[in-house]
Order: sequence, then structure tokens, then C-alpha cells
Amino acid sequence: MNRREFTQAMLAAGAAIPFGITRAAGQTRGGTLNTIIQPEPPLLVTAFNQQQPTLTLGGKIYESLLKYGDDLKPMPGMAQSWEISPDGLTYTFKLFPNITFHDGKPMTSEDVVFSCMKVLTETHPRARQNFARVASAEAPDPLTVVFKLKQPFAPFLGCFDCTSAPILPKHIYEGTDFRKNPLNDKAIGTGPFKLKEWVRGSHVHLVRHEGYYLKDQPYLDEIIYRIIPDSASRALALENGTVQLAQWTDVEFFDVQRFKAQKNLEVTTKGYEYFAPHQWLEMNNRIAPMNDKRFRQAVMHLIDRDALAKRIYFGNAKVATGPISSKTKFYDGKVKRYDYSIDKAKALLDEMGLKPDANGKRAEIKYVVPPYGESYQRAGEFFRQSFARVGIDLVLVGTDMAGWAEKVGNWDYEMTQNLLYQLGDPALGVSRTYVSSNIKKGILFSNTEGYSNPEVDKLFDEAAVTLDEAKRQELYSKVQAILVEDVPVAWTLELEYPIIYDKAFKNVVSTGIGSHETFGSVYKS
Amino acid sequence: MIRLGSAAMIGLMTLSRIAQLIAVILVIATFNFVLVRAAPGDPAQVMAGQSGASDPKLLEDLRKEYGLDKPYAVQLASYLGRVIRLDLGYSYRQRRAVVDLILERLPATLLLTVTAFCLALLIGTTLGALAGLAAGSVLDTVFTVLSLVLYATPVFWLGLMLVLVFSVTLGWLPPFGYETINVKFSPLAHALDIAKHMIMPVTSLAAIYLAIYARLMRSSIIEVAQQDFIKTARAKGLSGPSIVVGHMLRNALVPVVTVAGMQAGALVGGAVVIETVFAWPGLGRLTFDALLQRDYPVLLGIFLILSIVVIVLNLLTDLIYKLIDPRMTTGAA
Repeated sequence: MNRREFTQAMLAAGAAIPFGITRAAGQTRGGTLNTIIQPEPPLLVTAFNQQQPTLTLGGKIYESLLKYGDDLKPMPGMAQSWEISPDGLTYTFKLFPNITFHDGKPMTSEDVVFSCMKVLTETHPRARQNFARVASAEAPDPLTVVFKLKQPFAPFLGCFDCTSAPILPKHIYEGTDFRKNPLNDKAIGTGPFKLKEWVRGSHVHLVRHEGYYLKDQPYLDEIIYRIIPDSASRALALENGTVQLAQWTDVEFFDVQRFKAQKNLEVTTKGYEYFAPHQWLEMNNRIAPMNDKRFRQAVMHLIDRDALAKRIYFGNAKVATGPISSKTKFYDGKVKRYDYSIDKAKALLDEMGLKPDANGKRAEIKYVVPPYGESYQRAGEFFRQSFARVGIDLVLVGTDMAGWAEKVGNWDYEMTQNLLYQLGDPALGVSRTYVSSNIKKGILFSNTEGYSNPEVDKLFDEAAVTLDEAKRQELYSKVQAILVEDVPVAWTLELEYPIIYDKAFKNVVSTGIGSHETFGSVYKS
Repeated sequence: MIRLGSAAMIGLMTLSRIAQLIAVILVIATFNFVLVRAAPGDPAQVMAGQSGASDPKLLEDLRKEYGLDKPYAVQLASYLGRVIRLDLGYSYRQRRAVVDLILERLPATLLLTVTAFCLALLIGTTLGALAGLAAGSVLDTVFTVLSLVLYATPVFWLGLMLVLVFSVTLGWLPPFGYETINVKFSPLAHALDIAKHMIMPVTSLAAIYLAIYARLMRSSIIEVAQQDFIKTARAKGLSGPSIVVGHMLRNALVPVVTVAGMQAGALVGGAVVIETVFAWPGLGRLTFDALLQRDYPVLLGIFLILSIVVIVLNLLTDLIYKLIDPRMTTGAA
């Protein structure tokens, strides 16, 4: 970070203080928000489980130091301001005063240090990697936290959202087996809502945390998350007003269109900027013919990605141009484009010697259909038809979540579809798929395709520790150009999940974290 | 003397049945264990898979915690040891005692399935008997066609159609759930509220059972009506109703009881589809979720309890036979 950006960060921090604690006109207190949670989370402590429903629910209960706007710039969370030393090694956070846990005990800098350095490094894979870069964390006074890094890490300020660094009470967890702590059932955090009741299989009932530190917040009295396993029933619940908010995959893509026509509902695709779900056709680079770059380039040409976005995802998606999402920092759209062209695909396949036999068949490839619902099944069918046009027989293999995880994690697949969150910065959510140091058998969401390029490794590594944003952009532009040429995976779409809510509710989407956000500022008009 | 002998025989038989029962349960437990592990997938990887992030430490920690790092034989031995001590273990995913999880879901499931089962049995056999007695009549044709349609209707579709009509269009019934959430009720109002939530799931679930029992009862009645003893009863000058109630129904019920006894086991297992469509917090959904998660302790716990229920129900079915058909008590042909 250079001086100019440092000043900007400070200004942003300063400007944001009143943002958090004043109340704009018209914000009334009271009201119940009924919404959906699916599938039912196994527990609510986001430090121990990072499944999407856990994060949606836990985001109301557990907070972190920062939030991120739709432009991914940091905003105050429990930290009202922050400072970065010019060498990029020391991060000092000032906490809001009077923050309390749901059991009434005060939350101090000690809890932050304990959570980040003791708990999360033990239980949270993403946080473990982030905080492994910290040389020391200190709490010089109850409202100040100081992290000293071993070496500069450009996106460190991006590691403090409620899903990446939830803060837990030290007085409950210190000296215990964290995952087995009996108070995990109580889910004690500092968020604007606390757990009142969890009737398994039915609903989770959150009520206002009266001791919340921001004046008047939360505005809502309560939030009820209803567990509705069937997608048709969920759509119905939204339609008839039983629930007033649906997020992520609560509603199938093919149902979204009709909600746009329903007058009392607002449909938005904002609120996913931090996650920026990026989807691709994954090819095992270890196996022929996928080990040939020309084959992978042919795959980019033979899929009509516009049609995929329109027909399978009903327009709730944008064609991806490369490894970095257009919503993520350092995206570069000026890369080689692969237009939809069967002829170009055939030419590339011919060139590499993968010629059709007497029956017009070039190859047979097994495609493991990810078990994530109807859209993935349909996408599989779409790919099968696309590959058939160039004489490649795609055999769809069905499996369940456990089977898919095992096959992909252990590299026991030829092709599949995959999706990863970008987490606001290429160093957090993109490089993990391409750097060779992350080729780890048995580990999902690592470099499972097995792509290895020393130059790409070097560029990603350098960009992660470079503080100058312009220099980072240069490095990431270079790496995007190389990857788009090499096509380790065939990027298909940037998915745009909807958030659908009753217009009576305001501020539902206020940051780039969307529905994982605390909802302290959500109110009913 | 003869009576005492047969009492001793029954005692001995009961003892040997109980011994058999324990052996069967252990065999079933072993079989369940092997079967569940035969499916591909690793619970630690599933958990990582759904978290969108993973690393070697997480997998290692989880496998160690679950005891999955030990050899199969050791895991099986420790599992059987726990079964004998009636300890079903802890859920990997929810980190709670399996017994608690099952007991928490069992009441909702039993309420749903037992109600549906009783209604289906009562209405199904009545309709079937009426159709059978009036075989070939218009009434019979109507009942037969109706039961065929019900039998062929997919349960989830029927459920969704009911919701569409009674919740969306008419607004009479709640579309899903077990009770109205977040409202304080008097006990009576609460019971009524649950009853209201039950109407559609029970109807959807009962429909298919009803069709089965109706069809079975109809053919059974027609068959019994042609037996010699019915002719004898008629020749003796017994009245129509007393022949139907005293002779035909009792005999015709035997195959229905057999089928019902076999199906009753499934009642405890819950109705996965109906529980899903109506967001009913029952055991069926717990089973389904546990299967997807490879939550072995929960799966094994449910399977074991189901097996025991099936075995016990088979015993009960045997007893009911003896009640409705005295020939089976003496073993006389």
C-alpha cells in the first residue's frame, strides 16, 4: 500500500465512523423477518463450520472487525478505525467501546487476539492460512489490537469479514476443546441477534441482542430462519409471504424470473461481490487428452457460454473471461477471448491429432455431475450436447456430495464442474486453484486439476506480497494473460445468485457480503 | 397336562425368539456397518466440501475425532461393543448424541405416519370390503378406478397439488411445517394448530397406503366369498351381516395384516418425500441428510432402531394373526 492509498484507507475509516452509529430518518424499530435456511446447518458457530447456511445464520450472531462494501473497500465492523504502517507489516485496529457478548460479558481486544490466533488457526482452514502470516498479535489496551506480519501480505485487510474471522468469547473457550465445548449450542457472539431457540428440522429463532453497541440497532425484533428442504415449497413460501427473504440457492434459477414480476418483491444480484462465485468446467490436466493445451482451448471454443448463461441459468450469470471475476479486484478483461466456434474447436483438435474415427467419434470422456441441484444437472446435459458437436462423447456420471468430494479431491475424475468464491482478492480466492504449491491430494478446492507453471507460481506469489496496487495490477494482468492462454480449467460463468426480499424491508443488502451480513441495520418500513 | 405343556412350549419358544433376536440384531448391526462403509465418500471430505475450503489439517483433525483413522476391524469392534451397551454414539456433523437426535425427530414422524397408516387401514379396508362385496357393480368400478389412480399418483406431486389448491388458491391450510412458529397457544389450540398442519401431509401419505389396502381387501373378500365355509354359513341360515362380519372379514383381513405388518416398519423410518415437501421435522429427513453427509453414527443408529422395530412388529403381526385366525394358535391345518 502506498502513501496515497494509506491516506485513503484512513479517510475511509474516519468517514465510516458516523455511518455505523447514527440513525437515518425513517428507520423504525420492531418487526419480524421470516426467511429460509437450507440445508439445515449442523451448528451455528462459524469458527467451526463454514458451510454457507452456517455463515448466513452465524453472520447475525458472530461479528468480525470489518465489513466490505460492494466495491470491496473495508468498512467498520467491530473496529471503528484501523491503521496500517507504511511498511505494510503492522495493522492496528481500534474497537468500538461497549461491545458485549450475548452472555453480557464485555468483548475486548483480548477476545480478538484469542479468536484469531488460538481458535481460528486451529479450526478454520481459510483463517489458518491468513493468520499463519502473523508474527505476533497483541492487545495493548482493551480497545486496541495490533497484528504484526512476518512479511507484507497485500490482502490482509480483506481477511476480517464475519465469515473469515468471527470473534468468539475467550472466557468461554480458553483452555477447552473448542469443537466440543458444551456452550457451542448456545452460540454466544457479539452480533446484533442472539439465539433464542433452535427446533431441529423446523426453525431457528433469533432475537435482538439488547446490549448491542450500535445505537438503536438492531432495528428488527427477531429473525426466524425456517428450514424448508424442498425448493418448490421454498418458492411457494416466498410467493405467499410466509417468508420475506430468500438468498443464495433458496430459489432455483428457473424460478427467479417469476419473482421479478411479483410487485411486493425486490430481486437483486447485489450482495455477492465479496464471494463472486466463479464457475468452470474442470479438466484433469494429468490425463490425455486434457493434458494438451490445445484440447483445453478447444473446450473454450466449443461451449456456447452465452447460451449456457441464458438457457441453464436464465440470465442469472455473466460469461467469465478468465480466472478472475469481473467483480474481484485486479480483474483484467483485456485478455484473449475464446468465441463460440465449433470450427475453431475442431481445427485445434485436428491439429493435436485427436481426429474422428469412422463413426465421427474423437474421444469419450467421463464427466462427474456435481450434486448441487437441478442447474448442475442441466449444465451437464448442455456440455454433453456441446461436446457431441465436435465428436466427443461426454458420459455423465451421477454421484452424491460425498462421492463427488472423494473423486475430485483424490483426482479420480476426468471432467467435472467446479465453483469457488473469490473472497475479494486474487491472493485469497483465486491463486489457490492454480499455484503448484497447492496441488494436494485428498484436499478439495486446492489445485485439483493439477496445473503447474513456475511462471504463474512466481507471479501469484509476488503479487500477494506486493503492496503497490498498480504493481499488483500489472502482475495479475500478466498472470491472467498466461492462464487464459493455458486454460488450466475452462471458465464458464460468473454466477449471480439472487437475493429476493419483500420491499417492506430496507437495507437488506448493504455490503458486498450480502445475506451473510449482520442485518443490524435492516428495518421494516 | 396338554395345556401346561403348550404353555411351557410357548415359554421356551419365547426365550429362543429373544436369543434369536439378539443374534439377528448383532448380525444386522455388522451388516449395516459394512454396507454404510461400502458407499464411496468420506465424512471429513464432505464437511470440507460444503465449507468451500479445506486443508490437510482439517481433514486429519476430523478423521481423528471421528476415529476414522483406525483400521476398519477396530472401528467395527468398537461399534459392536457400543451397540451391546446400547450406546449409539455421537453425530459427526451435529456433534450431539444420536439417541437425542432420533428421539427429537421420532414424535413428529410417528404422529404423521401412524395417523396416515391408521386412516389408510381403516378407510382402505372398508372401501375395499364394500367394493369386494359388490364386485362388478358401479360402486366397485368407481372404487377400483379411484384406488388405481391413487396408487399411481406420485406422492410429492399430490402433496404439491394439495398445497397449490388448499394453501395458495384457497388459503385454508398452512403450506408446510409442523406448527405455527412464534405464537403462544393454549394446549388445545396448539393441538388444533398441529392437526391443521397435518391434514395435507397425512392425506398425501395415506393416499398410497389406502389404495394398497383397498385393492388387497377387495380381492381378498372376493376370494373368501367363494370359499366353502361361507356357503356352509349361508346354508346354516346365518344373516348376511353376520356372515360378512363374523366369517368373511376376519378371514379376508389375514393378507392385509401381513402387508400392513411389513409396511409398519417403514412408518418409523418416516416418509422422506412427504417430510421434505412439507418441511416436516421427522426422522425421514434426518436419515436422508445423514446419508448425504455420510454421518455414519446417525445412519447406523437409525438403521439399528428400524431393524429392531421391524423385528418386534413381525412378532406382533404373528400375535395378531392368532387373534383374527384361531387356526394359527393350535397349528391345526
